[in-house]
Amino acid sequence: MNTKLTFTEKKDTRSGFGVGLLEAGQANDQVVGLCADLIGSLKMGDFKKNFPERFFQVGIAEANMVGLAAGLTIGGKIPFTGTFANFATGRVYDQIRQSVAYSGKNVKICASHAGLTLGEDGATHQILEDIGMMKMLPHMTVVVPCDYEQTRLATKAVAEHNGPVYLRFGRPKWPIFTSPNADFKIGKADKLIEGSDVTIIATGHMVWKAIEAEAILAEKGISAEIINMHTIKPLDEMAIIASVSKTKCVVTAEEHQYNGGLGESVARVLAQELPSPQEFIAVKDSFGESGTPDQLLEKYGLGTNHIVEAAQKAIQRKG
Amino acid sequence: MTAKPDIEKLKKISTQVRRDIVRMVHSCQSGHPGGSLGCTEYFVALYFCIMDHDPSFKMNGDNEDIFFLSNGHISPVWYSVLARSGYFDVAELATFRKLNTRLQGHPATEEELPGIRIASGSLGQGLSVALGAAQAKKLNGDNHLVYTLMGDGEQQEGQIWEAAMYAAHNKIDNVIATIDYNGQQIDGPVDEVNSLLNLKAKWESFGWQVLECNGNDIGQLIHTLEDAKAASGKKKPILILMETAMGRGVDFMEGTHKWHGAAPNDEQLASALSQLNETVGDY
Repeated sequence: MNTKLTFTEKKDTRSGFGVGLLEAGQANDQVVGLCADLIGSLKMGDFKKNFPERFFQVGIAEANMVGLAAGLTIGGKIPFTGTFANFATGRVYDQIRQSVAYSGKNVKICASHAGLTLGEDGATHQILEDIGMMKMLPHMTVVVPCDYEQTRLATKAVAEHNGPVYLRFGRPKWPIFTSPNADFKIGKADKLIEGSDVTIIATGHMVWKAIEAEAILAEKGISAEIINMHTIKPLDEMAIIASVSKTKCVVTAEEHQYNGGLGESVARVLAQELPSPQEFIAVKDSFGESGTPDQLLEKYGLGTNHIVEAAQKAIQRKG
Repeated sequence: MTAKPDIEKLKKISTQVRRDIVRMVHSCQSGHPGGSLGCTEYFVALYFCIMDHDPSFKMNGDNEDIFFLSNGHISPVWYSVLARSGYFDVAELATFRKLNTRLQGHPATEEELPGIRIASGSLGQGLSVALGAAQAKKLNGDNHLVYTLMGDGEQQEGQIWEAAMYAAHNKIDNVIATIDYNGQQIDGPVDEVNSLLNLKAKWESFGWQVLECNGNDIGQLIHTLEDAKAASGKKKPILILMETAMGRGVDFMEGTHKWHGAAPNDEQLASALSQLNETVGDY
């Protein structure tokens, strides 16, 4: 702890999913894959090549894919469905609700290209509401890993977890700063950097931005505690309360609408247990647009400096 | 089929199931009697004659035929037939749609009612689930069949056609799907709401083998289901277009959409029961 987190390589989290799925398939022959015409984008090609009889190309038919996956669980299979986050959730919300969540089926809904960092494809594909939709469903677990290695480990953990899961990851190459041998546990947050003045709770790609912000805050003499909240549901409430009990204020950071995201989940816990100043780094009720990932994060208030400013504001509000 | 079906016995069970349906719907003053009455012979044929199934119920359905109801609103007929074929005590039919019941308004797995493997009610989803379960059977080397029932109004849902296309492309030949072709939906005749035009040609053009029968003639229905079984395993999915009369067996309910989702009052119940003799015992 408190050794500086650095990186030597960048890789996309979806590639971590591809490798994790292959490893999960090697470990358990009940694991099967389904994809809606995006095998290359979801990095499911190696699984398909190694286990052709356990892979189902569904075509551009996401509703059918969700139903097929639910049906496959009845014969004991552990299906991983792959498509872009928008088509994985919003397009098929009712199918997930009835055939998967309400029916308690062991389906793993795996979603790439989530959030603004999808980039140039624009707002039609940049879903910013998916965490909210998925976390609202009873029985659903929601996992948002932060880098390539963690996505790989999360994919394997998801295969061993019994119950429906939403696994969210993304498109761009992103710094790798977690260990390939880390002990990943669904529902257990990672405290990455110990601090005392402010807690920054981030998820997905925004965890790296929070780490960058911590370095800038340290130069200003501000001690920030950084928590990687890779599981939005079930939420590690104890980790939140333990940290904010110490720092007395919090910033949440996510590539998602502030309505319905990680920030709201943290606010619910704190409102009940430990009312504290909170600042929200999230998209403020608008759609995205075309641009590079970094341009978009800056324009929509999700840049490193926005986290720095939010941390300073949260500290000021402690009173 | 190993033995010739006892048609008279199956007719008696069907009459009792129809009594159950109207009594259940009357008791909670809600539910869907029309489609339930129309599909009575289908459920009785499946559970008392056609399917190789185990009422001790295992969710995974390994080494048995399994059934999925896509048009979940006709739950009364399914619950009655499940109870009368041994999945649970017929006395439990009295709890239909009442607080804390396992017999939810639409079929659900949450309360763990034996016989139910997926929730249904939001339409268009059952065929996809059945196809997934059929592919799991193939992966498991299980030669049993997967049956599913859909409504005709339900054919207006897009997901069904996604599933239809997928099944033929993947040569899923261990599924026997059936459409309750009664020509009625909540708002009126299907042809007036959103016509299906030539439904048989649509399914054939999607690559399915289509059989047709009168679903209220149990002898003919069993014959068709046996033909469907014989046609399985031949690289083509199978569909039965099953003509029925909504509300069949109760004169004032028959052939109209008005009893799709309405419950009889006390007087109407008495009239219905007078047309349906108690045969194997009321619950």
